[in-house]
Amino acid sequence: MFLVDYIKDVFGAIKSLATGMKRTGYYFTHHKEIITQQYPDNRDTLNLPERFKGEVVMPHDEHNEHRCTGCTACELACPNGTIKVITKFDITPDGKKKKAIDKLVYHLELCTMCNLCVEACPSDAIKMAQTFEHSVFDRSQLTKVLNKPGSKIMEGVE
Amino acid sequence: MWSFSKIANSIHEWLSQTFNATWTTIIEMVIAGVAVISLFAVLGLVLVIMERKVSAWMQIRLGPNRVGPKGLLQSLADTLKLLVKEGMTPNGADKFLFNLAPYIAMIVAMLLLAPIAFAKDFQLWDLNIGVLYVSAISSISVISILMAGWASNNKYSLLGAMRSGAQIVSYELSAGLSVLSIVVLTGSLQLSEIVNSQANGWWIFKGHIPAIIAFITFIIAVTAETNRAPFDLAEAESELTAGFHTEYSGMKFALFFLAEYANVFIVCAIGATLFLGGWMPFHIGNWTGFNNIMDWIPSSIWFFGKTFFLIFLIMWFRWTFPRLRIDQLLNLEWKYLLPISMINILLVTAMAILKWHF
Repeated sequence: MFLVDYIKDVFGAIKSLATGMKRTGYYFTHHKEIITQQYPDNRDTLNLPERFKGEVVMPHDEHNEHRCTGCTACELACPNGTIKVITKFDITPDGKKKKAIDKLVYHLELCTMCNLCVEACPSDAIKMAQTFEHSVFDRSQLTKVLNKPGSKIMEGVE
Repeated sequence: MWSFSKIANSIHEWLSQTFNATWTTIIEMVIAGVAVISLFAVLGLVLVIMERKVSAWMQIRLGPNRVGPKGLLQSLADTLKLLVKEGMTPNGADKFLFNLAPYIAMIVAMLLLAPIAFAKDFQLWDLNIGVLYVSAISSISVISILMAGWASNNKYSLLGAMRSGAQIVSYELSAGLSVLSIVVLTGSLQLSEIVNSQANGWWIFKGHIPAIIAFITFIIAVTAETNRAPFDLAEAESELTAGFHTEYSGMKFALFFLAEYANVFIVCAIGATLFLGGWMPFHIGNWTGFNNIMDWIPSSIWFFGKTFFLIFLIMWFRWTFPRLRIDQLLNLEWKYLLPISMINILLVTAMAILKWHF
């Protein structure tokens, strides 16, 4: 029956609209829980989710050692030329030449935080940090060298 | 006890003692104009901050909380910002129509204030065809929107304006029919008489289910007529940037913004007058004590309370429902609202003839 369907439509519509309004009305009257972050106020207690990607960093351990072998996989994986790996050759104690990084240059101003470099890295040398207050007055400050001066590769990382 | 009508009367007496009749009328007109403009300024500030707070609370946010106590001066700061901004006119625009459109939107909103009864015996112009006047003037507002969209020479503006035209022209029908049902019950087009007829009960209670249906239709139709979500196709910020006022900036934009809120206030005031008894206090049968307490509350507070309740309802719609597509919008009007309100007006007429209402 057409008319029955029509009336059913009207009442179904009113019912579903009322359901939606009940939900927002509940939120309006129960003004306790706030889902937004009060950012500059809660800077000290800010709790970012695990997956948040702020910038690429290279973790160093207490002996100033990192895990980067200089394989340039991250440089190749980067879609917009953010990472530049400058390699050098170290002389190992037994007289052999070994490839190592001199500088891992990271252009924060070009980075889109796509995470492809971190996934490409075979030795887990780089990761995404949770810092996000990146604004500076001079863009040259955004070009960063990720390995610390005087650092060398960790034992056993090939 | 103070009241608006006493203040108005004492001003009138003082003026007529000091000046002759012509000057009294002119000065009273000026006072009324200033009062309307300042009412609009205050309404703009109050409704914008109310909208932002209501939306924030409904979306589990805090809303503006920086300027003034609890962020209540935020809209004042925004107004200052808009006042000092440059009002650009784009090169390709039709300059005359482009600059005229916001003023027409504003003038229409101001004209609509004339027949509204704000308190007991307090009305700018109690003309005997008030309801007809309101429905006639309110349809002019579409001209300002069409004008703005056409003169902007911008595809988004034109699309928004055309949508708004289709929308307002169709929703005017069901808004008119639902208003007409109250006119049928009252037997008068005069707004003060409609209010007086509700002294023993508001029409939404006296008119049984048909009045409630008319009220719901009216609220839906006026939400569409004022171009507010879920019927904000004319602006549709996610598809048309800002619709018909995409090219406007500075104070001209602010005028459109103000006109939107003024229109919301006016349609809610009309809804409150027709269905919720205007400034009439809430009475229950013959509970004399209760009724006396209700009478003690000033009539202006009753009027503004009801109006703001309806405004809150419309804001509640806006922050709950998603926007309709243009074909859904026209389906809703032509397939549902119009047939329902037509049958409803037949029911109301039968009820009025057979004296079934209280």
